[in-house]
Amino acid sequence: MLCQECGKRPSSLHFTKIVNGEKTEFHICEACAREKGEIPGAPNGFSIHSLLSGILDFDPMMGKSITELKPQESIRCSSCGMTYTQFSKIGRFGCSHCYTTFGNRLNPLIKRIHGNIAHSGKIPKRSGGQIQKKRQLEQLKLNLQMAISEEEFEKAAQIRDQIRELEQLNNEV
Amino acid sequence: MSIEYFTEDALSDWMRSDAPDSDVVVSSRVRLARNLTSQPFPLLATTSQAADILEQIEKVDLNKTYKDEKFEWIKLDQLTELQKRVLVEKHLISPNLVNDSRAGAVILNKNQSVSIMINEEDHIRIQCLYPGFQLEEAYKSANAIDDTFEEALPYAYDETKGYLTTCPTNVGTGLRASVMMHLPALVLTQQINRILSAVTQVGLAVRGLYGEGSEALGNLFQVSNQITLGQSEEEIINNLYSVVKQIIEHEKAARQRLLNESQKRLEDRIYRSYGLLKYAVIIDSKEAAQRLSDIRLGIDLGMLKHLPHHVANELMNMTQPGFLQQKFAEKLSPEERDIRRAELIRNYLLSYSNDSNEK
Repeated sequence: MLCQECGKRPSSLHFTKIVNGEKTEFHICEACAREKGEIPGAPNGFSIHSLLSGILDFDPMMGKSITELKPQESIRCSSCGMTYTQFSKIGRFGCSHCYTTFGNRLNPLIKRIHGNIAHSGKIPKRSGGQIQKKRQLEQLKLNLQMAISEEEFEKAAQIRDQIRELEQLNNEV
Repeated sequence: MSIEYFTEDALSDWMRSDAPDSDVVVSSRVRLARNLTSQPFPLLATTSQAADILEQIEKVDLNKTYKDEKFEWIKLDQLTELQKRVLVEKHLISPNLVNDSRAGAVILNKNQSVSIMINEEDHIRIQCLYPGFQLEEAYKSANAIDDTFEEALPYAYDETKGYLTTCPTNVGTGLRASVMMHLPALVLTQQINRILSAVTQVGLAVRGLYGEGSEALGNLFQVSNQITLGQSEEEIINNLYSVVKQIIEHEKAARQRLLNESQKRLEDRIYRSYGLLKYAVIIDSKEAAQRLSDIRLGIDLGMLKHLPHHVANELMNMTQPGFLQQKFAEKLSPEERDIRRAELIRNYLLSYSNDSNEK
């Protein structure tokens, strides 16, 4: 079958488009598809920021599209002054405090990009001291549960003492 | 060291050394994005706020931590437009830093394997480039510099979101690892699209280098991680490592098959390109990139024995527009540029050839 666009090359892409319940079939060649931007998954000059703003054009907290929001309804970062509306347009944050300001409404977006919403990598040594202790504590508690369920009580007692020691240390600080 | 030290030579020192899997992998790069809590991100920072960031970072003395290294600070306003362009072509700074930054600067080490950009999209971008396939080494080196900065600077870090960045696509580890690969045999045997689309399925991105959009000039492809949050640095590096390892195997197998099945045609292609580069009077950057890809393949397959391995890298960089303009110290029209490019390549290849060792 020849491409229905140019009628010259053989068609290599066959797909069905459903727009508002109306079904249309396409048989076109790769060159025409690329021109029309119809290749699924192919990059077509969209910038990452404009893609992001597509995902962002909905404020889950307010339950409506942000373009319908009045400026005073949009939440504003107290540190740099960026509003959620502005952020959703440019897809970039103004300062580190924006993450706190916009809080949970970022989660759907971040999940969309990374498939995850929580960091599990490196922790800075100096500013992350508390976090490191907390993770260590969580890990110890997990080990304790495991030791108990495997009836290794001697090991469990050791871990329990370790946990106590750590908690005491934290309380002193 | 002066600014000229970094702009005069087409090849960064690190590119000259021999490296693992360098017949397929040109270089491995790791980038860490970091921000400070004290000021808005560069996107919103005023000139004086950006200057304050610069000042804070300047206080960190890298030369003290790295006794055997020499780091050089270059502020962007010290550079001419042409010098900026050359640094971009050598991938030592990004076009972003040149075009959009206020109080932008870059810290480079002597062999140019480390480049730290200040006030680019994020306050700090640590970049380490290693020749060949050395992802882990590149990460270790970036990580060590990160530790040095962290000791002295208040990093923007959140317990659940990790390192906070200007763009939500970098949040978490702030880590982007990428490997630049030369894949002529996979392109020739038309397997490339199948492999590349498989790569994008596992959370990695591929793009052509020097080319526009998906077109890859000179058969150079860059494979990098997309996800920066929810995986640890080790997981990201290992994931990329194992995928790249597989692509290397596929490329090597495809090269072997080409040699077995159509050696004469392959030889013909490579020696034709060599001859063309040796005698052409006008050559545009696109053709030069394609022919240089053939040369690179020829060297890797042991056909052009008299040429050292770094020739293709060096010529690729040398024939970029900014570098040509600097070399000939005059403003060149596109056609003059194509003439100069051909001349440069001719003379370069001539310097390595004498008829006795050419075959």
